[in-house]
Amino acid sequence: MLSLLIQYYPDFLRGLWTTLEASVLALIGSFAIGILIAVFRIVPFMPLNIFGRMYTEFLRNIPLLIVAFFFFHGMNAFGLNLSGFVAGTLGLTFYTSAFIAEAIRAGILAVPKGQMEAGRSTGLTYVQTMRYIILPQAIKIVIPPLGNQFLNLVKNSSILSLFAGLDLMYWGDHVASSTFKTLPVYTLVALFYLLITIPLSYFVRWLEIRLNRLPKEVAEVKTALMEG
Amino acid sequence: MNFQGAWTWGHIRFMLEGFAVTLQVAIIAIILSFILGTLIGVLRYTRLPILSPILTIVVEALRNLPLLLIIMFVYLALPELGLRLGVFNSAIIGLTVFEMAMISEIVRGGLISVDKGQIEAARASGMTYTQTLWHIVLPQALVKMIPPTVSQFISLLKDTSLAVAIALPELMHNSQIIYNGNPSYINPILLLAALFYFVTNFLLSQFALRLERRLRY
Repeated sequence: MLSLLIQYYPDFLRGLWTTLEASVLALIGSFAIGILIAVFRIVPFMPLNIFGRMYTEFLRNIPLLIVAFFFFHGMNAFGLNLSGFVAGTLGLTFYTSAFIAEAIRAGILAVPKGQMEAGRSTGLTYVQTMRYIILPQAIKIVIPPLGNQFLNLVKNSSILSLFAGLDLMYWGDHVASSTFKTLPVYTLVALFYLLITIPLSYFVRWLEIRLNRLPKEVAEVKTALMEG
Repeated sequence: MNFQGAWTWGHIRFMLEGFAVTLQVAIIAIILSFILGTLIGVLRYTRLPILSPILTIVVEALRNLPLLLIIMFVYLALPELGLRLGVFNSAIIGLTVFEMAMISEIVRGGLISVDKGQIEAARASGMTYTQTLWHIVLPQALVKMIPPTVSQFISLLKDTSLAVAIALPELMHNSQIIYNGNPSYINPILLLAALFYFVTNFLLSQFALRLERRLRY
């Protein structure tokens, strides 16, 4: 295993970098879309509510692979030939945006109604109340699930390997098929993934404790029961 | 895009055959992972001296790995240890092992969330630890576990599509076979496959919602 690591570590590191790149890009993109969709679902305007609901329900209930294949294969029908990396990252972005939209919406709804009423009655507008009263409180609730989504992104980005996305899993498959040493190679790939995901999951748990000032056990329960 | 050519009865039947495999794999994996996950969750909750720390390490490792990697590992790496499982069993084992870790966390979370006073009261009234766990803690934990467990099952059904990597003849695989022959079928077929998954999962989540409401009151 060590000799494999020494011989192929540039490939693994390159893959690790691509995995992180895809995850970070998808997180930024899906956060932007997620905010938009969450706003659609909350504003007092029916057609937007319905659109937001349909968007999240549809994307949350279909496999990530279908979304990714749509960008990789399906875009050809519109004359767009996307590379595996771009198609995969776009797929991850849109898929994750539905989960992030739900997390943001839940965060905003978790702020007590009295806060909005108090803000409005002191003369602030709807937008001002959102900006200065509701969102600062909602953000604290939303950050831990966002961290969780990033964790999912790192793991989910492994689907890039299915269409030559050059991520960690892709290089793992590549090395495994060229050396025929599948057991040590996939073990190494697993260790590389854990190198990112284990610290990240502890960080998410720590965030949950710090931001919401919860006792350790309650925070543990909340992360364990977190959906998605 | 050629909807008429893509949505013929022959194609739909071929996709339904794939969907039957998807459901079969998903249902077996759901049952197995639920049993094993509950067992591991309870064992971790009881904090047994040697077993619980080992289970913690196993669960943390599994939860934090990509499922695709686990499936590939079962299918491609285990044969090196003399374990040749075939496509169907590899998919089931890969899914089960991963979801088992997820479910065990949900079970443990549900158990921890039960108020400590409940346990103390039961113990003080003369119940044994096992009795307390079975009659007092588990029923209360169960209600809290339903929504995340169902969303985990929905993930599992979606994740069966990852077995396309090891050529399991499930819905995603069969869809690809259809559209590989004709590029103008790609989007209609992907849409139809998405609808199969969507309808099943949507019904599943609505069912969970009703179940949760009924148990809560």
